[in-house]
Amino acid sequence: MQIFGVPLQAMMSQLLLGLVNGSFYAMLSLGLAVIFGLLNVINFSHGALYMMGAFAAYIGVTSFGLNYWMMLLLAPLIVGTFGILIEKTMLRWLYRVDHLYGLLLTFGITLLLEGVFRSFFGVSGQTLDVPEALSGATDLGFMMLPNYRAWVVLASLVVCLATWFTIEKTRLGAYLRAGTENPKLVEAFGVNVPLMVTLTYGFGVALAGFAGVLAAPVINVTPLMGSNLIIVVFAVVVIGGMGSILGSIVTGLALGVIEGLTRVYYPEASEVVVFVVMVIVLLLRPAGLFGKEK
Amino acid sequence: MKRTINRTTRTAIVFIAAACAAGLSTPVFAQISGDVIKIGMITDLSGVYSDIDGNGGAEAVRMAIADMGGAINGKKIQFIVADHQNKPDIAASKAREWFDQQGVDMLIGGTNSGASLAMAKVAAEKKKVFIAIGSGTAQLTNEQCSPYTVHYAYDTVALARGTGATMVKQGGKTWYFLTADYAFGQSLEKDTTDVIKANGGTVLGSVKHPLGASDFSSFLLQAQSSKAQVLGLANAGGDFINSVKAAKEFGLTTKMKIAGLLVFINDIHTLGLATTQGLYLTDAWYWDMNNDTRTWAKKYFAKMKKEPSSLQAADYSAAMNYLNAVKAIGTDDGDKVMAQLKKTKINDMFAKNGEIRPDGRMVHDMYLMQVKTPAESKAPWDYYKVVATIPGAQAYTTKAETKCAAWK
Repeated sequence: MQIFGVPLQAMMSQLLLGLVNGSFYAMLSLGLAVIFGLLNVINFSHGALYMMGAFAAYIGVTSFGLNYWMMLLLAPLIVGTFGILIEKTMLRWLYRVDHLYGLLLTFGITLLLEGVFRSFFGVSGQTLDVPEALSGATDLGFMMLPNYRAWVVLASLVVCLATWFTIEKTRLGAYLRAGTENPKLVEAFGVNVPLMVTLTYGFGVALAGFAGVLAAPVINVTPLMGSNLIIVVFAVVVIGGMGSILGSIVTGLALGVIEGLTRVYYPEASEVVVFVVMVIVLLLRPAGLFGKEK
Repeated sequence: MKRTINRTTRTAIVFIAAACAAGLSTPVFAQISGDVIKIGMITDLSGVYSDIDGNGGAEAVRMAIADMGGAINGKKIQFIVADHQNKPDIAASKAREWFDQQGVDMLIGGTNSGASLAMAKVAAEKKKVFIAIGSGTAQLTNEQCSPYTVHYAYDTVALARGTGATMVKQGGKTWYFLTADYAFGQSLEKDTTDVIKANGGTVLGSVKHPLGASDFSSFLLQAQSSKAQVLGLANAGGDFINSVKAAKEFGLTTKMKIAGLLVFINDIHTLGLATTQGLYLTDAWYWDMNNDTRTWAKKYFAKMKKEPSSLQAADYSAAMNYLNAVKAIGTDDGDKVMAQLKKTKINDMFAKNGEIRPDGRMVHDMYLMQVKTPAESKAPWDYYKVVATIPGAQAYTTKAETKCAAWK
């Protein structure tokens, strides 16, 4: 059986690979959406923090003898703490001014981080091995799926859904959403809004760090790995609707799949297809697929 | 009596000859423009290609200047470096500024073919020596050749002939290409395809991926379903590294042989021998080939804490040979230095009996290497076995093939 000249088996394996890439998009765009939705900051340093997460895992494993699983917990904590530091010392002075200032600041942080890592590690990149428990591949009938890729999908889905649930369905999430709508009023109820905002930023960038650790064993860990990805991720956020949590998850996964299909039918366009979708969505629904029109 | 006359005559002849030689080597109109010999280098110092050349390449040029004593006949040698950020327009405008305002006498072009083609045009216009080292495109000495360009280390034709021909001869008859979708990747694929067909092989297909693609797994599945024996990687740097990583992860390495068409030792260092063992590649130079290469590499290692790539060795060699040419003729005039360079054989740690042809191609032997297994590797950076030496005359574009007007 064939679909537009491509055998069904090949098609299914490409869809599955698209889903794997989509998991990374979902996790990264989710962090951006959380930060934008609750802080109104366009966090351009997201890619650099993703890179930092990957390097933290690499350094932890190679220099401190820790294993992958420890780093999966530790690296997001490190990146999150770093994010809190950024928020406390720099970002918080920019909430009252135009979005552009936050964007410029975070872009500057990206350049700094990339420069520092480049001067220590060079650009050729580092390799982190797939953890023992996840090496090997499983025969799915239509393809051999490396176990690690399956783990990536699983881990990112769990993290994404937990985040969505926390923000949309729990009391803590309700505080967060209320705090961004009307900080003064929420503070009057005795909620420490500035602390909440700081922690939210920390959590958002910790997601980037987590994605970095997940990516480290399958792609080349280099100081530039974040900048290659961040533009696509921003497009995902725009398509999903700025600030929409569920939107960013669904769009991330869907675009991964669309990109995977493009790689089969017209590989030259595979890095562009996301932006073509973005243009179409912006023309038809300027607020994004899941965004609310204001 | 007879003997005395003979001796006197002989002395006289020696004397006159010495006087002539001295006269030739220091011509009356000898001149060094601006009273300094100024070398400029424009390369990628911060982007994807900055490890294979970059600051290491600049350090290699500084080593050459230091070995020359920092001056020639009392005229100081100066060196300046700039980053072109892989943008040809920046490379060209920087080159123009340096020739016009900084008095740069010779320009070394680092990595990136687009940038080098742009700089070659400026150098030709200003009649200054341009030595392209890091860039691969064979156009520099073919369609776009110039009397002021020297293409020093390697080119896409030599890479294709080295790796392509050998793999086919060893039984890799059917190929599938994974190609970076821009000028460099396409010309590498085309040149290699020609070589494969000439040797009786066939190309079953190719997939073109965008430069800096985020994921290679789906391209590799397409390659796998072609059932070809050899996967030709017509890409470089980070793309090459990610392709090999994914190939290993998806088990392609057990079914297909992988041919890296442009691989540098830095790439192997990143990927590790467990992943790359058995890979064939073509390179111009390897640090552990003989005593000369090891001696120089040791000095480089002391400064940079890593072994030099072929490009960094070529940077040293090119700067040294340029300075020797200036020293021999006592001027840094572009035309005269080019004439001197083209008539002098290059014999140093980088090349044996290398010569610069009228089209600007520096012809020297290339080497087909195979990556060692982890068990064969005795020390850090002990990565390659030299499998075959490809004589320069066979490696590069021949006179019959060239489109360069200066070499017809």
